[in-house]
Amino acid sequence: MSASFHSGSQPPLLYDGYRSTLRRAPSKPLIRLPAALSDLREPVHGWWPIGETDNDLTRQHAEEPQGQRIIVTGQVLDEDARPVTGALVEIWQANAGGRYRHVKDDHPAPLDPHFTGAGRTITDNDGRYEFTTIKPGAYPWRNHDNAWRPAHIHFSLFGSTFQTRLVTQMYFPDDPMFDYDPMFQSIRDDRARQRLVSRFDLAVTRPEWALGFSFDIVLRGDSATPFEDRV
Amino acid sequence: MSEDTLVATASQTVGPFFHFGLTATPYDRLVDHFSAGTPIRLTIRVTDGDDLPVTDAMVELSQAGMFGRMATDADGRCEFETVHPSPATGHDAARRAAHILVCVFARGLLRHLFTRIYFRGDPALDDDPVLQLVPEERRHTLVAFPGEILDAPWRFNLRLQGPDETVFFNV
Repeated sequence: MSASFHSGSQPPLLYDGYRSTLRRAPSKPLIRLPAALSDLREPVHGWWPIGETDNDLTRQHAEEPQGQRIIVTGQVLDEDARPVTGALVEIWQANAGGRYRHVKDDHPAPLDPHFTGAGRTITDNDGRYEFTTIKPGAYPWRNHDNAWRPAHIHFSLFGSTFQTRLVTQMYFPDDPMFDYDPMFQSIRDDRARQRLVSRFDLAVTRPEWALGFSFDIVLRGDSATPFEDRV
Repeated sequence: MSEDTLVATASQTVGPFFHFGLTATPYDRLVDHFSAGTPIRLTIRVTDGDDLPVTDAMVELSQAGMFGRMATDADGRCEFETVHPSPATGHDAARRAAHILVCVFARGLLRHLFTRIYFRGDPALDDDPVLQLVPEERRHTLVAFPGEILDAPWRFNLRLQGPDETVFFNV
């Protein structure tokens, strides 16, 4: 059985509940490209080198940011359950008050001068990554009346090829906003949705220092079923 | 499905606030000093179903393994420096037209989209096996065209939606 049987494990391009899709989702069917003709499996390179504090978002300024200190860690695997080593993992997030350090974010919550909210790292030989950061706050958006996003950290992953490319969001356990969030709900399959929710992990938690959350990620492999066939 | 087969993690939109995380350091050059070929600039403009500029898209390119990544500006544009790509021959000896791989992300795209940029005037366009899969009346949406004056950037319109929308690929 191929992954194509996991219907609903990826969100559709057009989703009424998420208003921005209405004028941005392509209206014509995507054209199926046979694997033999796709060159998305060719290696891509050229990242800027990773800096010393790039994976610790609490040490990028003169002082520590406000908020609950957390460790987010996990393993990046491909669909054949093999670790993806050397993958570029980039994250960005709002601060503890739910405000992004972005000119277009006008949510009236304070900016934190000691928090940028961006990090990057490379997976190790077991496909593992780790970030130290603070728990982001929920924030309002204008998709519908009284709309709030559940707290989340944005993840961008790049294995060695474009075929593996993934941008997603990691959520936190038991968030009361899940039921009201069209982005989370755009994924039809409940198991696929739950896999975007990190797990509180006492083994990752450091005594008298930081809460630990585990979040494993699965990237497409070379034998992958086309994305469009999974919606 | 074997027990060891996993399901790929679901995609979620890049949202409107990615810039400080992903494009603070621009990857706007797909060439280095050793790259052979004619240097060109390539301007990509992203528009939506109302023909309005998409001012918060992120465009990633790959050409001969080199990575490019830029956010679009207030007019929906981003510009890259590269060299005119060279045609290739596939394993099946079929002639492939020169092209650049494109991946686009934006608020309102729950998943990223893949397309390709070909170049007007390439004699291999008529033989390219990927273009052959595209209905003839839509092939022009994948072809960049030169600027009107000498040394002006090549231009490529990436239309997410609408009667003349760009062809996207399911890979």
